[in-house]
Amino acid sequence: MKSKKINIKKSTLTTLITIAGIIVAYIIMNTLSNGGFLSYKMQGLLVPICAYAILAVSLNLVVGLLGELSLGHAGFLYVGAYTGAIFTNITADMISNDLVRFILGMVVGGVFAAIFGLIIGSAVLKLQGDYLAIVTLAFGEIIRSVLGNVLYISKDSSGLHFDVNDGSTLNPQDMIAKGAQGITVQRLSTFLIGIILLILTVLIVMNLSDSRAGRAIKAVRDNKIATEAVGISVSKYRLMAFTISAALAGVAGVYYAHNFATLTGTKFDFNFSINILVMVVLGGMGNIPGSIIAAIILTILPEEIRFLGNYRMVIYAVVLIVMMIFSWNPKCIEFRKVVSAKIKSVFKKKNKEVQ
Amino acid sequence: MPMLEVTNLSISFGGLRAVDNFNVKIEEGQLYGLIGPNGAGKTTIFNLLTGVYKPDSGSVKLDGLDITGKSVVQINKDGIARTFQNIRLFGKQSVLDNVKIGLHNIHKYPAIAGVLKLPSYFKHEKQMNEEAMELLKVFDLESDADTLASNLPYGKQRKLEIARALATKPKLLLLDEPAAGMNPNETMELVKTIAFVREHFKMTILLIEHDMKLVSSICEQLTVLNFGSVLAQGDTTEVLNNPEVIKAYLGE
Repeated sequence: MKSKKINIKKSTLTTLITIAGIIVAYIIMNTLSNGGFLSYKMQGLLVPICAYAILAVSLNLVVGLLGELSLGHAGFLYVGAYTGAIFTNITADMISNDLVRFILGMVVGGVFAAIFGLIIGSAVLKLQGDYLAIVTLAFGEIIRSVLGNVLYISKDSSGLHFDVNDGSTLNPQDMIAKGAQGITVQRLSTFLIGIILLILTVLIVMNLSDSRAGRAIKAVRDNKIATEAVGISVSKYRLMAFTISAALAGVAGVYYAHNFATLTGTKFDFNFSINILVMVVLGGMGNIPGSIIAAIILTILPEEIRFLGNYRMVIYAVVLIVMMIFSWNPKCIEFRKVVSAKIKSVFKKKNKEVQ
Repeated sequence: MPMLEVTNLSISFGGLRAVDNFNVKIEEGQLYGLIGPNGAGKTTIFNLLTGVYKPDSGSVKLDGLDITGKSVVQINKDGIARTFQNIRLFGKQSVLDNVKIGLHNIHKYPAIAGVLKLPSYFKHEKQMNEEAMELLKVFDLESDADTLASNLPYGKQRKLEIARALATKPKLLLLDEPAAGMNPNETMELVKTIAFVREHFKMTILLIEHDMKLVSSICEQLTVLNFGSVLAQGDTTEVLNNPEVIKAYLGE
């Protein structure tokens, strides 16, 4: 019994340390920002960092815990962003409190993204590995092309009107979604809201991972045949992981979208999905704090090396490769262990001398 | 009523009749052996019993309940648990969690209770931990509870797989070559474990095995398969002295 108690503490401890780390980071950044020590560029990055961190954690649920490669995470994000932005637009004159409207918008975005997660999840139930990755990729592109190009929505006193052609049947004055021109959004996202969302996401994913359902999801990853043989439905838990992951991405999408003046589809392309995937892989599959750290680094890095001009993306790629090797090459892991052991032994010696 | 009653079970893969009119009756509490040369269809029979393959004809009854053609998940819920010839553990999870996954359908609470850490989460997790630790104690694995399953030595992985199967509270336990890859010492320990499981859990066990010493020392009754059909069936000593069986195993 004793050993189990330690085990429970261990997983709870990781969750607590992660959340404490997020709060400390928030306090530091907030103080710096208030004191005027933060560059304008860095201040502008705070909201995207939170959004990327939430996305990376939510994708880790599918890639790390379920063990399936999903290349369409930007699709779920965009569904959430789109429906959330429409909602906050429509209700602008009904709900006067911005925060309440924004939170409701996130709920709407999350629900719609979850519905899409459920649909995609059921469509790929029989697929695995590369095939599943290709279907999710296609889904992401379809969502972006449809929502970001051909859908026009307007609202007047008689209600909502839709057009999937060129929007000429709608009154331009009442238009909310203007096809490729996107949706005009109010800037509602703040750093604090992002931190709260990130903490909630971390709690949801880590608590889930530590529960009966989470163990079943990880069992699917480790061995599908054995999972069924102990009476656990593989389909059920794959769907659950897909849906929760999509819902969280949808919420992050609403948050991300309300940081811009207009929301267009061009941003949420294949590269966006790959970026999030890189964060998950770099941070470690199934490693939630790792995902957050990778999201922070990979959001700041490309901005900070802008002075390199045309060489920027080359350097970015090189740094990525070096980081990947340093974090995951077995020899490097060994090297790090040796170094940290030496540092520890030095400290121990000093302690003894002091005593 | 027999615990397991299989009548005229058959399956073909293309032109190959992998299992041909297989019949067996296993009484409650019996330890029954299934032997035969490589490719005789032993594992195919396990896959038929557990729902991995659907039989072309014939029926399987577990404790009076017809389970022919049901899904793998449902058959486990109905009461058949198994181990695999090539061990299939949840390698990246701890030994304790492997057994807790086996308890998945015994202690249920909704996913939302886990996410929100509601009281029912703590209540069920505590019960699960206690029960899982008890099982690990039986298999002398409690000191490895926090080890990753893939880091266990081979013999212990075999034991853990049996523990996980027992966690699902089965009526019938199928062991697919439990002694494969074990040295004589480990095999002797396994014989003790299987005998203990049978006593302690009042378990009915069907066992596939190549190791004749193991089979003759613990199985009361045997079925010998060759090329998908039954070659001999009955009490262990009788069957092992059957000239047909000796011929199939050793040649003429």
